[in-house]
Amino acid sequence: MNPEKRHIFSVLVENRFGVLARVAGLFSGRGFNIDSLNVAETHDKSISQITLVTHGDAQIIEQIYHHLNRLIDVIEVTDLSTAGTHVERELVLIKIATDDPQKRTEILQVAEVFRGRVIDMKPASIVLEITGDEGKLKAAIDIFNTYGILELARTGKIAMLRGAET
Amino acid sequence: MELSGAQILVDGLKREGVEYIFGVNGGAAMPIFDALYGETEIKLIPMRHEQGASHAADGYARATGKVGVALATSGPGATNLVTGIATAYMDSIPMVAITGQVFTHYIGSDAFQECDVIGVTRPICKHSYLIKDCEEIADVVAEAFHIAKTGKPGPVIIDIAKDAQNNETLFQYPETVDIRSYKPQVHGDPGQIAKAAALIKAAKRPILYAGGGVVLANASEELRQLTYKTQIPITVTLMGLGAFPETDPLSMEMPGMHGSCCANYAFTDADLVIAIGARFDDRVTGDLSKFAPNAKKIHIDIDASCIGKNVPVDVPIVGDAKNVLTELNKQVSTADIDPWRNQIQEWKKKYPFEYEQKVGKVMPQYVIEQIYEHYSDAIVIADVGQHQMWAAQYFKFTEPRQWLNSGGLGTMGFSLPAAIGAQLGCPDKTVVNINGDGSYIMTIQELVPAVTMKLPLKIFIINNMYLGMVRQWQELFLDKRYSAVDYHDNPDFALLAQAFGATGLRVEHTEDVAPALLKAKGITDGPVVIDFIVDEEENVFPMVPAGAGLGDVIRGLS
Repeated sequence: MNPEKRHIFSVLVENRFGVLARVAGLFSGRGFNIDSLNVAETHDKSISQITLVTHGDAQIIEQIYHHLNRLIDVIEVTDLSTAGTHVERELVLIKIATDDPQKRTEILQVAEVFRGRVIDMKPASIVLEITGDEGKLKAAIDIFNTYGILELARTGKIAMLRGAET
Repeated sequence: MELSGAQILVDGLKREGVEYIFGVNGGAAMPIFDALYGETEIKLIPMRHEQGASHAADGYARATGKVGVALATSGPGATNLVTGIATAYMDSIPMVAITGQVFTHYIGSDAFQECDVIGVTRPICKHSYLIKDCEEIADVVAEAFHIAKTGKPGPVIIDIAKDAQNNETLFQYPETVDIRSYKPQVHGDPGQIAKAAALIKAAKRPILYAGGGVVLANASEELRQLTYKTQIPITVTLMGLGAFPETDPLSMEMPGMHGSCCANYAFTDADLVIAIGARFDDRVTGDLSKFAPNAKKIHIDIDASCIGKNVPVDVPIVGDAKNVLTELNKQVSTADIDPWRNQIQEWKKKYPFEYEQKVGKVMPQYVIEQIYEHYSDAIVIADVGQHQMWAAQYFKFTEPRQWLNSGGLGTMGFSLPAAIGAQLGCPDKTVVNINGDGSYIMTIQELVPAVTMKLPLKIFIINNMYLGMVRQWQELFLDKRYSAVDYHDNPDFALLAQAFGATGLRVEHTEDVAPALLKAKGITDGPVVIDFIVDEEENVFPMVPAGAGLGDVIRGLS
């Protein structure tokens, strides 16, 4: 068996009704995994960008690549994990209980370490925004967990190739 | 002048050269049917069930190579098309299925006869469109036909809301279609083709393995050139039968589960497999770990996702079979493989398709042999089951598009409506429908339009009073526990044919087989149904049991 690896696909698609369903349906129908999925319009309103994180052995990844390309509304597929070096970011919102002032101070200090921003503060809770790669977000979440996370929302990854390798 | 969306649709279909539309009318498609009323350029063929409409469109496409068109209303009309759409999708058949949809303002409200057709058909079509605005119709029709017939062909669905059918706009049909996200790769990579030529030159035990893609690409001529030029033995799959003449000494006939021992042994011993428009389906390969273990593989396919899907490939070539073979043919010469050719001939001689004539029984294989004897030039459309395998084994196909069957999805009920489509598409050909007693009754209602149109279909039922292929598996693997396969309660098909207004005959004795077939030949003013009552417990051999390797083929019970 080939080892399973994580791959990030950048998929440019027509910004059209039903495209996301076609992509998601392809993965569920063929038994491929989706670890995270992010979709949004690009600077060109007619094109959407899907960033899709998946894992599988080399044969599966190749199949995913070809099957994505087979969809009529897919303009371009790039496997960022093999196409060159890339940058990736994810954004997470974390709501933490701050029942005593001492705890709040600590949380703000920790947030600073992760370059987090406070985007909401109430007497009993605080909402932080942190961006970063997977490792950084995991470290942040692990620490904030010790303070009691009330709620967490994350975007899933977005990524692109460095420099002129587009 | 402004036209209704329905009229624009019909005018667009005319631009695409559509001759026939197979359909069943209903509420949400009424404006389209109305636009087709009295239409002379496009003939509307009213079928009796939407499944029949989609199979008829499919049969028309398989026989002619043109795009077949099916039409149905929303909701149940559309869901009834689904089996036919999935059948076409699995065999890559160019088809456009048009469905009416409820009014735009009702979409999503669970309105009467509403169904999310786009959602239901998403995994079984090449592409689909929901039209809510009549302005989109002309462009969508042009795109749909372009997508259906180019690249790897397949069915495309156009779902049109009823208000878009009724609303009016100007008819402006696009002269060309350019879809930025859809550019099929037609030409093979020259470097890869050169590599393939080198492998072919070096091989000592090469075989050609051709599939339905050769027929779809109209590349039968190029395949023959490659075979004749190299003199490499060839096996053609169930989907490709006729792409290379089975009567030629180089033909090893069909491979796989019920294929020839020769083809299966050849795979097992080969040192090079040259796959062309074939997809290493599980019914061909058997246990993958034992499949062609000593062979390098060249795989030519228009669909990159088919290459390396089941079997690792040494030289992948993405491209249209016709283009790639044309290039490859320039670089090959006669292979120096006499010992291998002799081995193939020995297998062919030693293990032909054969059966035992049981006393007092009409043997199904004999019926097929006789059909071949009397109708060797016909287009043969089989259904799915034992009769399909016997037809594939005992009829010797020599031309592409001479043999039509549902190979991928294995849809019982496919053949009678498909035969209607094929006969309309090829009015000068004799069309023979080899059917089973189980499959025939699944779409028997389509005998009605066949009778109405006086189509001279030859419908031959290989009637063993069982769901025979399942019964065979029950006999071999489930201790003869014949669960839900006993069809002795079927009606008398000869009498039933007469009730439909067709000619109906019943044959129960071997000596009556040939005279009945001769008689059927003379009946040209409508369909003739012959119910051949055959041996009930005859099995299809050779057989590679599920999970076994091709080398472990069971040649017969004895």
